[in-house]
Amino acid sequence: MAKARVARAAASRQSDQLSREQKLQLYYWMRLTRQLEERLVNLYRQTKVVGGLFRSLGQEADAVGSCFALEQRDVMSPLIRNLGAMLVKGATPVEVLKQYMAKADSPTRGRELNIHFGDIGEAGTTRGFLGQISPLGDMIPVMAGVTLSFKMRGEDRVGLVYIGDGATSTGAFHEGINFAAVQKCPLVVIVENNGYAYSTPTHKQTAAKQFVDKAIGYGVYGLQADGNDVLAVYDVTKEAVDRARRGDGVTLIELMTYRRKGHAEHDNQSYVPPGEIEKWAAESDPLDRYLRVIRDELNATDDEIAAIDARVLREIDEATDIADASSTPKALDALIGVYADPAVEQPLWFRRDAGDAEYGTERPEGWGTWSADGGKR
Amino acid sequence: MVTKTKTAPSPAGSTGEITYLEAIREALFEEMARDQNVFCLGEDIGAFGGAFKVTEGLLAKFGEQRVIDSPISEIAIVGAAAGAAHMGMRPVVEMQFIDFIANAYDMLTNYVATARYRAFLPCPMVVRGPSGGYVRGGPFHSQNPEAGFLHTPGLKIVYPSTAADAKGLMKAAIRDDDCVLFFEHKYLYRRVKEVMPRGDHVVPIGQARVAREGTDVSIVTYAAATWKALEAAEILASEYGISVEVLDLRTLAPMDDEAIFRTVKKTNRLLVLHEDTRTGGIAGEITARVSETCFEWLDAPVLRVTAADIPLPYAPALEDYVLPQVADVVRAVRRLAAY
Repeated sequence: MAKARVARAAASRQSDQLSREQKLQLYYWMRLTRQLEERLVNLYRQTKVVGGLFRSLGQEADAVGSCFALEQRDVMSPLIRNLGAMLVKGATPVEVLKQYMAKADSPTRGRELNIHFGDIGEAGTTRGFLGQISPLGDMIPVMAGVTLSFKMRGEDRVGLVYIGDGATSTGAFHEGINFAAVQKCPLVVIVENNGYAYSTPTHKQTAAKQFVDKAIGYGVYGLQADGNDVLAVYDVTKEAVDRARRGDGVTLIELMTYRRKGHAEHDNQSYVPPGEIEKWAAESDPLDRYLRVIRDELNATDDEIAAIDARVLREIDEATDIADASSTPKALDALIGVYADPAVEQPLWFRRDAGDAEYGTERPEGWGTWSADGGKR
Repeated sequence: MVTKTKTAPSPAGSTGEITYLEAIREALFEEMARDQNVFCLGEDIGAFGGAFKVTEGLLAKFGEQRVIDSPISEIAIVGAAAGAAHMGMRPVVEMQFIDFIANAYDMLTNYVATARYRAFLPCPMVVRGPSGGYVRGGPFHSQNPEAGFLHTPGLKIVYPSTAADAKGLMKAAIRDDDCVLFFEHKYLYRRVKEVMPRGDHVVPIGQARVAREGTDVSIVTYAAATWKALEAAEILASEYGISVEVLDLRTLAPMDDEAIFRTVKKTNRLLVLHEDTRTGGIAGEITARVSETCFEWLDAPVLRVTAADIPLPYAPALEDYVLPQVADVVRAVRRLAAY
């Protein structure tokens, strides 16, 4: 009977090959992720974030450590809690801030929310990340297709796709990983087990003892690691990426982590048992843990760490100023680009004389309430 | 000149009459030979050549890399096609029966249809499959789910009625830079045939075709119902002296409004005919467009002849009762002509 392999601390680790500078970069990316989200919280409270805000507090190691195992030419598709992976792959804080603030020159020009944006295509000219959509699980089949194209064209490229514990229950996950396994696509599937899908705990999502066990059913290689240990995350992902690059097909990785914030900023986490969040924060914060590693093993000084923290803050301040100064989209740009041909949709007849300025200023607090006869109160 | 046996799959460049099915196959052969990025993906399409043999011979000619037998996974094959399309490939996905496209509804409507608008992601792909009734296929091998997709911006929908249009539209669909849902009417697969136009025969997406000229009443229709309309038009001309114009839409999205308005303004009486069920169907949409734009030209209310709002049953008497028949079209046109 096959058993899923579970990664343990081995004598020689993939991360041993990383330079001191690279290991400090891991800290930089995790700090940048956390700090950028802190900035977004401020902007959210100032109502400058148009929609919801999604945090990855406590999961920074999982996103950063895994994506750090990719090459520039590889393609990654993140989830909402993989801001860190996006940044590692080349998304900039300015882009992220403009997205959240729905700016005209944001990567999606105000069409999509938060980190739902991407940059994929030819190796070398694109950064290699593909924005997710909200129906969860869908990116698994799509990334199966992206990596199928690598295989068909003989390109030396690998794909990495993230999925949460909740979305492993979708049909798209099942069909996608099975398809990729059969086709031996060079694809790494990371299941982030952070304990909750919105409010639903993992035990209501699956009867499986652990998600890595699902690898057996699909006939793929399985790995599991402590998702809050950035080097352990790097180790398992690098192993999986190397396997994919060698032509050994799909690997399913389960990363054990914990979601310390709610599904989104509005979520008060009333469903979480008392003390659970605090325990994870005190005992397994990925940044605190990694700071101990870089102090103890890399002999990083307080000055070195402070310099990285200062750089992060400076970059975010600069990005915030740029994003804040950007304008919002012109209303009529809504008509552009549903199809390649026709490139522009015609306005509806009752909008033919409408101008840009008439739209986009209505705010929820101005809506008021209506009485039964339609009169506004 | 290539000599063909009767059972051999048609390679490119047939000279004699070929069927609707062979015309689609010929388009696939020609496009795969023309463009290395075109590949086929679907259930039982390779070694078996597809449930209806549309893809027969493709595997032998183009190999397993480009003719991929997939697991039974409509979500995965549509999603994988989208991912490959983002990277510059041009996948042609087969739904073994178009009824099963419902399994990929999320992937098509949420992912594929929005890709260009929300993320500037090109998604040039074709989803094709045997559709429609009159074949005693029962509830799950007879459906016409096109209206369910007409509602979604970002998808193109074609549904040809002739062999030449089937070939020309398939070639256009494969070359289109967006996702095209290509409905093939299985009743027509082996029932209609013609000689293909010479050369690189491409029929532009978005253009209707006047299948029969007339002056008294217009029938706007598509797919197998086009043939019902033509048969009815013959009877109406010979037995009742009513001259019927038949407009075959060919493409449902984007719809050729100009062609519809032109025929309405010519005859002033409109019957919309389709095989799909009535409520929420395409006929309702066409009726609304004509009402908004051609009200002054209408001498009669726009009428619809469609299937009843009933899952398609298996027994011949039941299926024939539910689906629109020639006699229904004759009755409706006579009612219109009486205004």
